[in-house]
Amino acid sequence: MGLFTDLKDSVSRVTDKLFSAQEPKRIGIYGPPNAGKTTLANRIARDWTGDAVGPESHIPHETRRARRKENVEIERNGKKVTIDIVDTPGVTTKVDYEEFLDHDMEKEDAVRRSREATEGVAEAMHWLREDVDGVIYVLDSTTDPFTQVNTMLIGIIESQDLPVLILANKTDLEDSSVQRIRNAFPQHETIPSSALEGDNMDEVYEKIAEYFG
Amino acid sequence: MPEVKEDGPNDGGGGVQIDLIGADRMAEMASMEKIRMILDGVRDGNIVILEQGLSPDEESKLIEVTMTEISPDEFNGIEIETYPRSETSDQSFLDRLMGKESTAKLTVIGPANQIETLHKDENLISALVSRK
Repeated sequence: MGLFTDLKDSVSRVTDKLFSAQEPKRIGIYGPPNAGKTTLANRIARDWTGDAVGPESHIPHETRRARRKENVEIERNGKKVTIDIVDTPGVTTKVDYEEFLDHDMEKEDAVRRSREATEGVAEAMHWLREDVDGVIYVLDSTTDPFTQVNTMLIGIIESQDLPVLILANKTDLEDSSVQRIRNAFPQHETIPSSALEGDNMDEVYEKIAEYFG
Repeated sequence: MPEVKEDGPNDGGGGVQIDLIGADRMAEMASMEKIRMILDGVRDGNIVILEQGLSPDEESKLIEVTMTEISPDEFNGIEIETYPRSETSDQSFLDRLMGKESTAKLTVIGPANQIETLHKDENLISALVSRK
């Protein structure tokens, strides 16, 4: 019995080592601007590493560079997965600096922000084509998901055969409708969440371990 | 479309030029040629309608190249609409292997500051186009 237990432990240690020796999967957090991507990235990073990824803001295009948090170990139901979280700028097909003027910004700052935003979106698209192993697609569940950008991005992700988990975020808000997002993308699993309040994050982590482990 | 641009109405400020591009013409072009043609047309203030849309990879590159060309007070980017890709959900592996999924349905692309989508569903795209 003791011999059998020792053998089992040895096998377990070897598999653990093999598993930990694997390269962490790079999981891109994608979605339109202001869906809560950075809030989610920060929530995941804080829960599992204690650090944040980047600043959050209600002004669109706060994240203008893809930011990576490496070696985030998530453990759920005995399943452990090590991922690099890549928080990406919100994807759009247009950026008008005048929109930033509405947020009490001087023209010079607004122009600079829009230029950085366009560079960030281009960078995010490049990451998606070349450098991510899976995607968490974050949508604001209070808004209509049936937009061209969402349709195109989900199509691009599907064409790359990347595993994708859709988060219906901002469920703490009154107008939230998870079902609307489920109806828009019935081919993928949609998980409700409030990254801001930390609601339903247990299920989010379970699914991350399941999808990307 | 350079061949119709020389005396096109957009040069005179009268109306809005619409380029309808057939699937056969697109089929002969490389991805970057398609993207260049679309963006050249849109930057001239034209509405470009593709009989057969772009592949997901081409759409991704279109977004990327559009972003690199945005310039304050000059070009704000594009508005693009296609019918929803409802077929992706029941697409078979064989279809994808045969490349049947890549190009979807009719696609409308225009300058972001001139075209506004009023309504869109599975069968109808309604857009408001304004002059420059």
